Amino acid sequence: MKRIRGLTVTLVAASLAAAACASPGAHGEVLVSTASSLADAFEALEVAFEAADPEVNVVLNLDGSSALREQILAGAPVDVFASADPANMDAIVAAGDTDGEALVFAGNRLEIAVPAGNPAAVAGLEEFARADLLIGLCAVGVPCGDYGRQALEKAGVVPSVDTDEPNVRALLTKIEAGELDAGIVYVTDVIALNGRVEGIVIPDEQNVLTEYQIATIADGPNPAGSTAFVNFVLSPEGRSILEEYGFVAP
Amino acid sequence: MTSKSTSPRRRQQPPIALVILAVAGIAVFIVPLIGLLARTPWRDLPALLTSDVVVDALRISFIASIGATAISAVLGVPLAWLLARVEFPGRSIVRGLVVLPLVLPPVVGGAALLFALGRRGIIGGPLHQMTGLVLPFSIWGVVIAATFVAMPFLVITVEGALRNLDPRFEGAAATLGAGRWTVLRRVTLPMIGPSLAAGLALAWARALGEFGATITFAGNLQGRTQTLPLAVFVALETDRGAAVALSLIMVVISLTVLIVLRERWWRPL
Amino acid sequence: MNPLAGLDAHLVVSRGDEFTLDIRLRVPRGKTVALLGPNGAGKSTVVAALAGLLPLEQGHIALDGRTLDDPDDGVLVPAEERGVGVVFQDYVLFPHLTVVDNVAFGLRSRNVKRGPSTAEAKRWLERFGIADLAGRKPGDLSGGQAQRVALARALITDPDLLLLDEPLAALDATTRVDLRRTLTDHLAQFSGPRMVITHDPTEAFLLADEIHVIENGAITQVGTPDDIRLRPRTPYIADLAGSNLFIGTAHEGTVTVGDHQISVADRHIDGPVLAAVNPRAIVISLAEPGGSSRNSWNTRVERIEHYGDRVRLQTGAPLPLTAEITPAALDDLRIAEGSPVWVSIKATEISVERD
Repeated sequence: MKRIRGLTVTLVAASLAAAACASPGAHGEVLVSTASSLADAFEALEVAFEAADPEVNVVLNLDGSSALREQILAGAPVDVFASADPANMDAIVAAGDTDGEALVFAGNRLEIAVPAGNPAAVAGLEEFARADLLIGLCAVGVPCGDYGRQALEKAGVVPSVDTDEPNVRALLTKIEAGELDAGIVYVTDVIALNGRVEGIVIPDEQNVLTEYQIATIADGPNPAGSTAFVNFVLSPEGRSILEEYGFVAP
Repeated sequence: MTSKSTSPRRRQQPPIALVILAVAGIAVFIVPLIGLLARTPWRDLPALLTSDVVVDALRISFIASIGATAISAVLGVPLAWLLARVEFPGRSIVRGLVVLPLVLPPVVGGAALLFALGRRGIIGGPLHQMTGLVLPFSIWGVVIAATFVAMPFLVITVEGALRNLDPRFEGAAATLGAGRWTVLRRVTLPMIGPSLAAGLALAWARALGEFGATITFAGNLQGRTQTLPLAVFVALETDRGAAVALSLIMVVISLTVLIVLRERWWRPL
Repeated sequence: MNPLAGLDAHLVVSRGDEFTLDIRLRVPRGKTVALLGPNGAGKSTVVAALAGLLPLEQGHIALDGRTLDDPDDGVLVPAEERGVGVVFQDYVLFPHLTVVDNVAFGLRSRNVKRGPSTAEAKRWLERFGIADLAGRKPGDLSGGQAQRVALARALITDPDLLLLDEPLAALDATTRVDLRRTLTDHLAQFSGPRMVITHDPTEAFLLADEIHVIENGAITQVGTPDDIRLRPRTPYIADLAGSNLFIGTAHEGTVTVGDHQISVADRHIDGPVLAAVNPRAIVISLAEPGGSSRNSWNTRVERIEHYGDRVRLQTGAPLPLTAEITPAALDDLRIAEGSPVWVSIKATEISVERD
């Protein structure tokens, strides 16, 4: 499914390529440290961007935003950072590691993910307090973990957590396998798994609107390439690809 | 250099190229340790070392690594004996399976364990239905994951020792009236003792450092399944000082145990 | 004697496709039988089968009338219940146990308590004159000491059969000479049937009452040491029995064998000796040979045997010998059984070692 969708995106992007003029002078490899929750959308962005700019090779470094932050703070040769929350981006900006301000390029919402068929019949966040259910969250410090806890707080629920997963993918793997009864993930993750997990809507008053930020890294190896890629993500084509994967406009 | 110039005095000096490479080899082990020590928040260390996270992780790691070593010994020694002494069809396949956890990424091993022993797994499913037992997200899951990655070290070491043991010693014991159990207890095990100790030490060390299979199969919850390596990983993203303190504990514990073992039992190796 | 007493065995075991062991053995109580054969003849298979470490394919093993192995009847007594004492080649002492614990092993395995086992083991060490070694580990023993420990370890369980696998092979030449005698003495302490498995004819000749020669899995000759030495039936036996071996007394370059005296090169050796002469070093002639340094005497040819390109002559009194010459030399001599001949041996061709 992903592949086919990527292909249609490629075709759309290719047809736009002539109009959306390729960035002059950009070439070589661009290393983009990308929050795990953005994985599918950024893979599609990569394909579309490389179709428009064949000189540039985008390489995605996928991990939890906090892990990516640590890598950048430790001086990893990264060109672009796409963070799933402002906190991790703020740390980079504060350290003076970005070229200028970080830009909000997308938003996301939370959803409860349950195994296909919802065997534990989870209806809402209230049930995260049940000790008899196997509940997973992302770990504290990981954006999906911090947002999930905010949502639970809004709902007034003290969760009975069975595991703090290091990133949203690890959490989803265990939910998909049916080993966890429920967890809090992004709307986009449920869409990406395409029926292999089910989403239970979290009402607006309990939900958290998350902000995705992107910035080019100061002293990155490929400034021209990174500027071109960030511009592409912020462009109307970039936005339409992001929306296709369930992200909302900022 | 001619052969005449190799006086005894000269021969004692090791070749300089070898020394340089050996020192570079030592650096591979020392440099990361220096990095760790350089980042250690010495002033906060006492508080960090007695924090709940560290104490909990120490407890879980202690239980899990000792448990995994014990299970490895109970299951691994008979398996090693079978591989070394009994010819059966598919023995080479079993040998390959035993070392598989050494080459498999631990995360893959953890996922495989999850699919097999999880609540919905092919074995874990019926087990859950019959007994209500859930292995993932429990200390049992941590022990199983650690056993999975640690037991190969024990099996390989003990099998090698058994294969090198002249079977005539066991034969001699039998002719002296010793039954199979007596032979195993009084001849076989004592004679492979040093290798058995080495295998146990290696298995324990591997179990203590286990990360990937544990977080994939057993999850990560402070006080229940969070081992030292898991705590380090989580702390790296939230509290680097704690992460460094935890790592330091692991280094100190493992070095102490391994050095003491080496001095006491491991010398023949 | 009870016909059932001692060892009665018919061993059939195949090893791979090529080799089949098929031999019959009778060893009465109180007798020592040597199984003598080259490497690869199946000697170690015999040890393993008798000790219970290798099951028979056919045949049987019975010890004092008790069946230990009989594939036809489905009987197979495991090694630990056989009562077969084995002194293994290289002794196979347990390296992690002290000498006294090695010797006590058999009793401990029979659930005798530690105290009585150790006491009994110490008595055996005393009997073999090695009580002072009790606390040592096998790695610290000389070959001769290890042999005695191995023998004590095997005998302490009072076995019904004693097997000695190449008992002297692990020893250096001087030790061998010393130990041959003590071994004979120690073997005499054991009243059951004894078997020495060896590739060394000297060992067989000196330790055994009867020799079974094994070649390629089969017994090729059975007889007393003299039978084997003087009347070999195959080229292999002829070769290994090749040395003419005498027991005598040396004094200032002369060895007295019975009432015959021969000159040897070694003038310093004194007392009981073993003297050996290679059959090819014996010169047969029709006339009395010249030269004073030779041992020579007049006798008759008692037997002539042909082994391919070699001929063996058996000569008579005063010192029966086996000489080996070529068929061409036989033709030149024109001798037949009963012909008078002169036998001569250079003193330097006679090897002498202390017995």
